Amino acid sequence: MRHTDRQSDSSLSPALASDPRFTAVERTLKQYQYRPDALIEVLHVAQEAFGYLSDELMDHVARQLKVPLSRVYGVATFYHFFSLEPQGEHSCVVCTGTACYVKRSGEIVKRLEGEFGVKAGNTTADGKLTLSTVRCLGSCGLAPVVVLDGEIAGRNTPDSAAAAAHHLVAEGKPEKKPVAERPRRRGRRGGTP
Amino acid sequence: MIPSDLRAMAEQERERQEGFRCRIMVCAGTPCLSAGADVVLETLRQGIAEGGLDAEIESVATGCMGPCSRGPLVKVRSRGKEIVYERVTSESARQILFSVVKGRRPPTVSPLPPDLPFLARQERVVLANSGSVNPERIEEYVAAGGYEALSHALHEMTPDDVCREVSLSGLRGRGGAGYPTGVKWSLARKAPGERKYVVANGDEGDPGAYMDRSIMESDPHRVLEGMALAGYAIGAEQGFIYVRGEYHLAGRRLEGAIRDAERKGLLGSRVLGSNFNFRIDIRTGAGAFVCGEETSLMASIMGKRGQPWHRPPYPAQKGLWGNPTLINNVETFAAVPAVVGRGAEWFAAIGTPKSRGTKVYALCGQVEIAGLIEVPMGTTLREVVYEIGGGIPSGKRFKAAQSGGPSGGCIPASYLDTPLDYESMERIGTIMGSGGLIIMDETSCMPDVASFFLDFCRDESCGKCAPCRVGTVEMHRLLRRITSGTATMDDLVKLEELCELVGTTSLCGLGMTAPNPVLSTLRYFRDEYVDHIRQRRCTAGVCTIAENPAPGAEGEALLHAMGVPGEVE
Amino acid sequence: MPVITLTINDELVSGRRGESLLEVVREHGITLPTLCHMEGLSERGGCRLCIVEVEGSPRPVPACTTMAREGMLVRTHTTRLIRYRRMIVELLLAERNHYCAVCVSVGHCELQNVAAALGVDHVRYEYLSPRVTMDLSHERFGMDHNRCILCTRCVRVCDEVEGVRTWDIAHRGVRSRIMADLNYPWGESETCTSCGKCVQVCPTGALFTKGAAVGEMVKDPGMLRRVLEGRDRKEWEG
Repeated sequence: MRHTDRQSDSSLSPALASDPRFTAVERTLKQYQYRPDALIEVLHVAQEAFGYLSDELMDHVARQLKVPLSRVYGVATFYHFFSLEPQGEHSCVVCTGTACYVKRSGEIVKRLEGEFGVKAGNTTADGKLTLSTVRCLGSCGLAPVVVLDGEIAGRNTPDSAAAAAHHLVAEGKPEKKPVAERPRRRGRRGGTP
Repeated sequence: MIPSDLRAMAEQERERQEGFRCRIMVCAGTPCLSAGADVVLETLRQGIAEGGLDAEIESVATGCMGPCSRGPLVKVRSRGKEIVYERVTSESARQILFSVVKGRRPPTVSPLPPDLPFLARQERVVLANSGSVNPERIEEYVAAGGYEALSHALHEMTPDDVCREVSLSGLRGRGGAGYPTGVKWSLARKAPGERKYVVANGDEGDPGAYMDRSIMESDPHRVLEGMALAGYAIGAEQGFIYVRGEYHLAGRRLEGAIRDAERKGLLGSRVLGSNFNFRIDIRTGAGAFVCGEETSLMASIMGKRGQPWHRPPYPAQKGLWGNPTLINNVETFAAVPAVVGRGAEWFAAIGTPKSRGTKVYALCGQVEIAGLIEVPMGTTLREVVYEIGGGIPSGKRFKAAQSGGPSGGCIPASYLDTPLDYESMERIGTIMGSGGLIIMDETSCMPDVASFFLDFCRDESCGKCAPCRVGTVEMHRLLRRITSGTATMDDLVKLEELCELVGTTSLCGLGMTAPNPVLSTLRYFRDEYVDHIRQRRCTAGVCTIAENPAPGAEGEALLHAMGVPGEVE
Repeated sequence: MPVITLTINDELVSGRRGESLLEVVREHGITLPTLCHMEGLSERGGCRLCIVEVEGSPRPVPACTTMAREGMLVRTHTTRLIRYRRMIVELLLAERNHYCAVCVSVGHCELQNVAAALGVDHVRYEYLSPRVTMDLSHERFGMDHNRCILCTRCVRVCDEVEGVRTWDIAHRGVRSRIMADLNYPWGESETCTSCGKCVQVCPTGALFTKGAAVGEMVKDPGMLRRVLEGRDRKEWEG
């Protein structure tokens, strides 16, 4: 047996049980009255609180909702949102939806992969940055879109995206451009006199 | 709340709004927010407070106004006239406020012309309130006539009447397949079962489409009202909205809207003083395109892996937990209050004989003004691209419009005059889909576009059935060989064969439609495929074609035969 | 059960209401290849090999998940269907690493039998050659992902008959893998009862008894019927 102490519900390690982030998970379990169909909602909250789903968390959720362990793992790996590995300190997500693709977001991904020496979907060796891609954020009017720690930045070039990602890692927060300096697209402005 | 309370609430809110000399609306949809709309709103609020103008001027955060690529957008309404400003900064916001106070034009900011086709050519039904009401205040939706259709239905119509009205309107599913909504409702109504469910599909997974996100963000109550009407019509007391995981703002606004509606007695027990009870819960998607397919979506709502199951039985007969379940797209539900409120006849008069009403499109890609538009069914692609969208930027030529996302196809320049409706689009080998329209110019390479979509499908395949699970991977490999200049004409034959297999034998819609982007680009741009293979040339300059082609599959097959495993991507 | 009549390959046949097309077809001696179907387990409809053409249906339907109805016109072996079946088997063979010559199940493998019956003598598609491993942590059984075709018979037998659901699928699409509990090594699974039913129902050499040499692994799918029939009759009571 792998973890013999996991036989009862009270087997939760003291470290996790006393973790303040854990209360959010417990609250959600209660809110859904421990119904098995709440599995995905509970995993969302756990992922949000801890940044990833550890074996211990998934084991606990399985016991509380009375669903098989294998189902929890199957669900957690089926959906893109859930991560079983700790994430980097910061995140840089490049949209690769159709509108962004048409505006060459692929070049941005390549550039960032080169700059940080990490494939999309992975975290840099120093744990500073997780680089990933997403299929359409629904901000197609701003294509190509990059999201830095949750802040959406539109109309990127490989250069601007790389600069913004470096800024994020160096300064610890995304660069908030003064609104007036936002890049304006040149060329004919259809319909405007 | 009873109907007279609803009317009083509307009256009170209208009076409150009329008390202001001017209403300044700032778009607070996701695209405008990320362009800095929050700063603009803050500046306006500060300016109003500093000038002691609270009683005269109201600043409101609203939903989407449309031309998303021109955000942040600000709309000023005074004395019955509306002016829209684009790309507003905090500095120009101050000028706009100043001009409102002084009654003069702002010195350096020019508004969008009122006859700009992007704004003037639209016919807004579903988006009627988007960009003019505050989605976080239920009073504003009620003042705009909201929940009146529900009130009318609950007190003056039988559930059968509601089904009939929806059938007569000719409304068809806006999620893609275009199934008649009235028929679906009647089936769910007639299905035997104590417990029934209503599900709104807001898992808008098509890359390049964001109609549903915008509707949920800009006018959440409209979706709730449509669902409640459906609940009354089919005899359900519980509804679910399945919101795509990426759409945080939409989820938050829907949550708030549900809470407000319950508090006011517009959802919950004994809705509007009738005997009808209806609760709505939100379920959050977790990143799986296949969950847009209705059986997968239901699996996901029940907390399982989003894998589809065989139909029949259809959800209307056997859905959530084995009970009859009505699933419609968010946009479909959003059209229902207008259908019931203004009547089937009114709705049916818009559009074409077979595709009635209006359709919302996300117009994106290489087009002058990108954004969200709503036009009558049957509007031609040319009108959409050249009049509403303002044409292709930098003097480039239109090459194709991609509609329907990974399940759809491309419309070439020769079909620019095709009316956008279900039948016409199907005739030319694409689908209406949920309404994404990506405009491509000559810098797009069609085999590369097909490869992009196949990459998407192979990544999103759930893995349940063999043709889709393995077939999409093999198709993507063949396409990659084509775009890298290592393919032979025999590969093209194999590709077409696989298109047929995957499209015909897959279990669910994802697999059945996965070949569409390949088939439609092959149909209109076969030359480009042949060019890549025979001439090893990419005219659009997108593909990197190596000088010396890498060893083909024969080498790998040899290694495989020797028992050397390769690498899976 | 009320009797229904339908036409299969131009012949009028009878079946019982509530039966699947596959059951009716097989009762009349027509062979249809299947890999994910197994009597006694719920239907999955995943391998798509038992597809048949039904008049009025725009595309072929799997016989296993389609109910037989009065008056149906069914075709089971058109050229098109045979071509599709061959292609599907080719895809399955290209997906993982099926080196029959060194497989414990060679000669007793359902995938191999289906391929042979369809005349698949080579694979035209690129081998995906995934790097997958073997799990030999269980003391009596082994799991070789190279041979797995994701039919999920093991998942279903474990869930529906043994009642513990040790197995499930992790990930999705072509990355799908059968795994135990929270992806624990099989031998360290908390829930596995080592009953071995999954091994007996596995159509290929993916699940096997340790110590079996090449060609020695003979499965006993009849075990399932015995267990289920015995359970129905409550044979073991008193």
